[in-house]
Amino acid sequence: MSEASHTAMGTVQPAAPGLRGVAADWSSDQRAFKNVSWGKAMMWIFLVSDTFVFGCFLVAYMTARMSTAVPWPNASEVFALHIGETNFPLLLIAIMTFVLISSSGTMAMAVNYGYRRNRKMTAILLLATAVLGAAFVGMQVFEWSKLISEGVRPWGNPWGAAQFGSTFFMITGFHGTHVTIGVIFLLIVARKVIRGDYDNGRRGFFTSRQGRWECVEIMGLYWHFVDLVWVFIFAFFYLW
Amino acid sequence: MTQAEIEAHQGPSHGTQKAAGKAEAHQQHPLKVYFVVWGWLFVLSAASYMVDYAGLEGYLRWTLILLFMFLKAGLIVAVFMHMVWERLALAYAILLPPLAVVVFMVLMALESDYTFLTRVMFLNSGG
Repeated sequence: MSEASHTAMGTVQPAAPGLRGVAADWSSDQRAFKNVSWGKAMMWIFLVSDTFVFGCFLVAYMTARMSTAVPWPNASEVFALHIGETNFPLLLIAIMTFVLISSSGTMAMAVNYGYRRNRKMTAILLLATAVLGAAFVGMQVFEWSKLISEGVRPWGNPWGAAQFGSTFFMITGFHGTHVTIGVIFLLIVARKVIRGDYDNGRRGFFTSRQGRWECVEIMGLYWHFVDLVWVFIFAFFYLW
Repeated sequence: MTQAEIEAHQGPSHGTQKAAGKAEAHQQHPLKVYFVVWGWLFVLSAASYMVDYAGLEGYLRWTLILLFMFLKAGLIVAVFMHMVWERLALAYAILLPPLAVVVFMVLMALESDYTFLTRVMFLNSGG
C-alpha cells in the first residue's frame, strides 16, 4: 500500500502513509478514491449494501434461534446424505462449498488472464466459473426439494422450531438468487470477452459505456462476494 | 513523469485505445498467489467440516468455526478481491461500515436472551 498503484487514472502517489493518507484522501474538494475507477468503487459500495442485507438476514436468524424455547433442528442430521449404509453429515453442503470455492478460484484466474489480454483463457475460465456456479444452484435445488419432500415449510417442520424453515428458505434462497444472477452476468461477460469488446472498446448494450478489461475484475468482485457470503452461511447456518 | 502520469494529466481523450489499455494494467499478480489461496480455502473448508464431523462441542467448536470462517473471509477479500493492493482510503471505506452489523448483532443477542427468558417464564413450552 505504501507504493503507488497503477490504473486507468494513471499513477497517483499517496498523500502520506497510513491513516494520515486516508484522512488526506477523504479531505474536501477531491475524489476520495483517486485511482480507483468509478465502476469498481460503485461495485464495492453495492457489495457493502449487500453485506448489510445478508447481515440483517443472519442477525434475524440468530435472534429467532436464540429466543425460541423449542429445540432447533440439528443441521448436521437434517442435511446429512445417506450413501449406501453410511450417513454422512452435511456432505452435500461440503461439496457445494468446495464447488463454490473452486468457482472463485477460476474467477480470480479469469481476471488475471484478462489483464494479460488473453481472450481465450479468460473466456474459458469465465465459462468454467459459470458452470461451477450453475452446479452449485443445481445442488441447492436438490437440497430444497429434498427438504420440502421431508415436510419442511416456512411455517413448520417435523423436527423442532418452526423458524428453521423460514430462515433456511430466506437465507439460502436469497444467496441462490445472487448465484443465479452471477451466472447470467458471467455468461454475458464471457460473450463480450469472446467477441473482443474489451479490446476494441465496443459500447455495452445497457450502459453504452466503452468495454474495458476492468469489467472482468468488477464481475469478479461480485462473484467473490457471493462466495464470501456462503462462508458466513456455512458457518452460522450449517455448523451452528 | 511517466507515460501513465502524462495520460492522467491530459485526460483519456488524448490517449489512444491501445495506450489507455496499457495504462489500465492493474491488479497484475503472479498466478501462484491465487493457487496458494485456493489451496488454503480448501484446507480451511475441510477443517471446518471436520469440526462438525468429529462432533466437537462448546467453546472449542465455536472458536475453531469462527477462526476458519474469518481466515477464509479474509483470504477471499484480501487476495481474490485484491483489497490488500487497493488504496487504503477504499479499504477503510469498505471494511469499516460492516462493523455496524456486529453492533447490531450484539444488541439483538441481548434482546433475544431476554425474549427467551420471558418465554420460558410465562409460556411454559415456549413459542
